[in-house]
Amino acid sequence: MSSNRIITGAHYGLRDWLGQRVTAVLMAFYTVLFVVVVLVKKPIDYLAWYGVFTPWWMKVATLTFLAALFYHAWVGMRDIWMDYVQHTGVRLVLQVGTIIYLVACGMWALKIFT
Amino acid sequence: MASTLTKAPPKKRPKHLSLHLIRLPLPGILSIMHRISGAALFLFLPVLLWLLDKSLDTEIGYDRVKGIFSLVIVKIVLAGLLWGFMHHFCAGIRYLFLDVHMGIDLPKARMSAAIVYFVSIPLTLLACWLLFI
Repeated sequence: MSSNRIITGAHYGLRDWLGQRVTAVLMAFYTVLFVVVVLVKKPIDYLAWYGVFTPWWMKVATLTFLAALFYHAWVGMRDIWMDYVQHTGVRLVLQVGTIIYLVACGMWALKIFT
Repeated sequence: MASTLTKAPPKKRPKHLSLHLIRLPLPGILSIMHRISGAALFLFLPVLLWLLDKSLDTEIGYDRVKGIFSLVIVKIVLAGLLWGFMHHFCAGIRYLFLDVHMGIDLPKARMSAAIVYFVSIPLTLLACWLLFI
């Protein structure tokens, strides 16, 4: 049984599948929050746009949204690599590349909002 | 796991693996568009983060982003990404309902796929109108 497992497989579990759904719901709520805040504040210049992200709760919500986005994107991109890239070595490179890419995006997001 | 150990005899089914022979029904088109839009948003993440970073950094950066937004080619790409987001958002909500076994039967699934397009396209146009005009 275990000899049939492949190194870049899906962990044969429910965790990522569920994680992708939970992050999706979280991001949907943030999207609504963001649209409401923008419609209320109507940021038409720099100060107003900057002001959208100054409240602590908006910073927390935005960073949480971005963390959810990066995890969600990881599950989705891994699904794509597993479906279309059959060569284990190539798939491993693409998956590791995806992780580095998303972690770097995460660090950048931290830099923007701290 | 016993079912995976006993091999069922292969079933004779028609195979149409040539893409030009497959006529995807609307939920199928929605599905592949969900995947393409997700991949496109993934690829544009650094660009969007850069625009967000610059726009929040300084007033000069904000004006620079505004200048970039005024270019027609940028507007076209952004409109495409906005559509990608709206499609991914609406189709994703549809999938969440399917996950909890709501709207599983074919007529309902086809109807909800159509609704995704009827909602995501006007939402994209509205967002473009608010952003660009």
